[in-house]
Amino acid sequence: MTLNKNLKNVLLVIFTTLILSACSTAKKSGDIEGDVYTGKETVEYLAAGVPDRVFFATNKSSLTTASRATLRKQATFLRKNKNLTVTIEGHADERGTREYNLALGERRANAARDYLMTYGISGKRISVISYGKEKPVNPKSSPLAWSQNRRSVTVKVN
Amino acid sequence: MKNIIILVFLNFIFFTKSHSLIEVDITRGNLDPLPIAVSPLHVDIKSENFEDVKVKELGENISKIIENNFKSTGLFNPLKKDAFVQKPDIAHLKPRFEDWRLIKAQALVTGKLLIKDEKLKVEFRLWDLTAAKEMTALAFTTTPSNWRRVAHIISDKIYERLTGEEGYFDTRIIYVAESGPKNQRIKKLAIMDQDGANTKYLTLGNELVLTPRFNPTNQMVTYMSYFRNMPRVYLLDIETGTQEVVGNFPGMTFAPRFSPDGKKIIMSFAKDGNSDIYTMDLETRLVERITEHSSIDTSPSFSPDGKFIAFNSDRSGLQQLYVMRSDGSNVKRITFGKGIYGTPVWSPRGDLIAFTKMHKGRFYIGVMRTDGTGERLLTENYYQEAPSWSPNGRVLVFYRETKAGEKGEGFTAKLWSIDITGYNERKLSTKTDASDPSWSSLLSK
Repeated sequence: MTLNKNLKNVLLVIFTTLILSACSTAKKSGDIEGDVYTGKETVEYLAAGVPDRVFFATNKSSLTTASRATLRKQATFLRKNKNLTVTIEGHADERGTREYNLALGERRANAARDYLMTYGISGKRISVISYGKEKPVNPKSSPLAWSQNRRSVTVKVN
Repeated sequence: MKNIIILVFLNFIFFTKSHSLIEVDITRGNLDPLPIAVSPLHVDIKSENFEDVKVKELGENISKIIENNFKSTGLFNPLKKDAFVQKPDIAHLKPRFEDWRLIKAQALVTGKLLIKDEKLKVEFRLWDLTAAKEMTALAFTTTPSNWRRVAHIISDKIYERLTGEEGYFDTRIIYVAESGPKNQRIKKLAIMDQDGANTKYLTLGNELVLTPRFNPTNQMVTYMSYFRNMPRVYLLDIETGTQEVVGNFPGMTFAPRFSPDGKKIIMSFAKDGNSDIYTMDLETRLVERITEHSSIDTSPSFSPDGKFIAFNSDRSGLQQLYVMRSDGSNVKRITFGKGIYGTPVWSPRGDLIAFTKMHKGRFYIGVMRTDGTGERLLTENYYQEAPSWSPNGRVLVFYRETKAGEKGEGFTAKLWSIDITGYNERKLSTKTDASDPSWSSLLSK
């Protein structure tokens, strides 16, 4: 029993160290969770507390829990600003063929648009455009840069 | 009179000797490039000046272009001119075969030219030095400003005679010229001769342009432009410079190509997050939907007989290659290997499909039979894609990008070519960074 307890403590210590070291490396290289960027670098704001962009996994256009939370904030913001129209720009990273990436960017922008529409924002207020891999926000060739470039960005039109 | 008699006599000898001893097997790699001597073309002293053509050096310059073309194939080894033993005019009349064999040449090209009355007259001969006989001879007349094309046409004729395959030197490449930092790239449509000469820009760089492709007669180009921030497929007449949007689609159209008869454009149209393949008839403006699937269907390419379409789709989850009938029926997946596949392009011979493959973070250009069997990867790199065929189906041109550092430094995009044997990988000479190449058909056809 005591042995067991000791072992538990040791394990706990090891575990904590692991978590701490994981945290520190994640912070250093920016934050990526399962291929999706979760950091704040490159993010701009439509209004205080309303991030303008969400990020995607490689070759995917599905929205993460964090992305959905961001888009709900955008929906609230758009409900408050009834005259505002926006364009959602869809982007891909540089690690794919150009033509496929154009289609993928369009799919990502539409995923964001669809989610805003389920929160009551009229589709007429949201246009989409895909830039494929043509407009990277981070020009570096690294997994972190690619995760920041796989994004859809909501841009105010008027 | 004496001269004429001699010529007739020589011709008689040449024609009676039957088979030539030299030939170049292009189905293998360039294990043993053929040593060939390209004599400067003799410039007739009666030649007149024409515009800015350097008449005195013209014979030398034409021979240099021919040598450069031969060298680029990897199949020939053009010999250094300082070892040449006969004057161009005398060699053209009748080479002393044993002297040329002494410098280890197996084939010899000779020729002469004359500019008179604003016309360039050129003739050339190809000699088999081993069999000591003429293999081919041709004369033609054109405007002197076409002198580079003359060099390419001569190269094509010699290539054809020695390999038994159609040449590809009298061709052009259209591509996207790139400049500026990686995250603010300026892109223009550019066109150049296959050897990098005569670069011309067709757009100013005010809007993003992508994926230009020639029509079968090389007079029209279809490409994608973000003009007025509306990404659409455009049609450009190279001679007149007229541009127009293709079709009236309420959203992004992209990935355009011509049908082999040049009458239709095939492309993708993206709507509500779903991209499908459409064609538009350029005459009737009739739009036809070819695929209808909730996945991304793009990068369509017709077979040369127009009966089939290759494309890539992620309907299985990730990008793979598919082939269907040109009406959209009978869709068959053809790639099942490890990795994902894109940009299928049907060979002008109809026997192969070239593609881009991505596997474990590396990019490959490869070819496979049209049913997906016989996959051969020709080249591996950090990033490369978008193969385009030479008109004889022997060489692929594609673009390759390098890895960028912290601020995007060290990033380049260049055009490269490779034989379908997997040998002879070469960087093409372009004035700027370059991507999205499309090879024309033979201009002189």
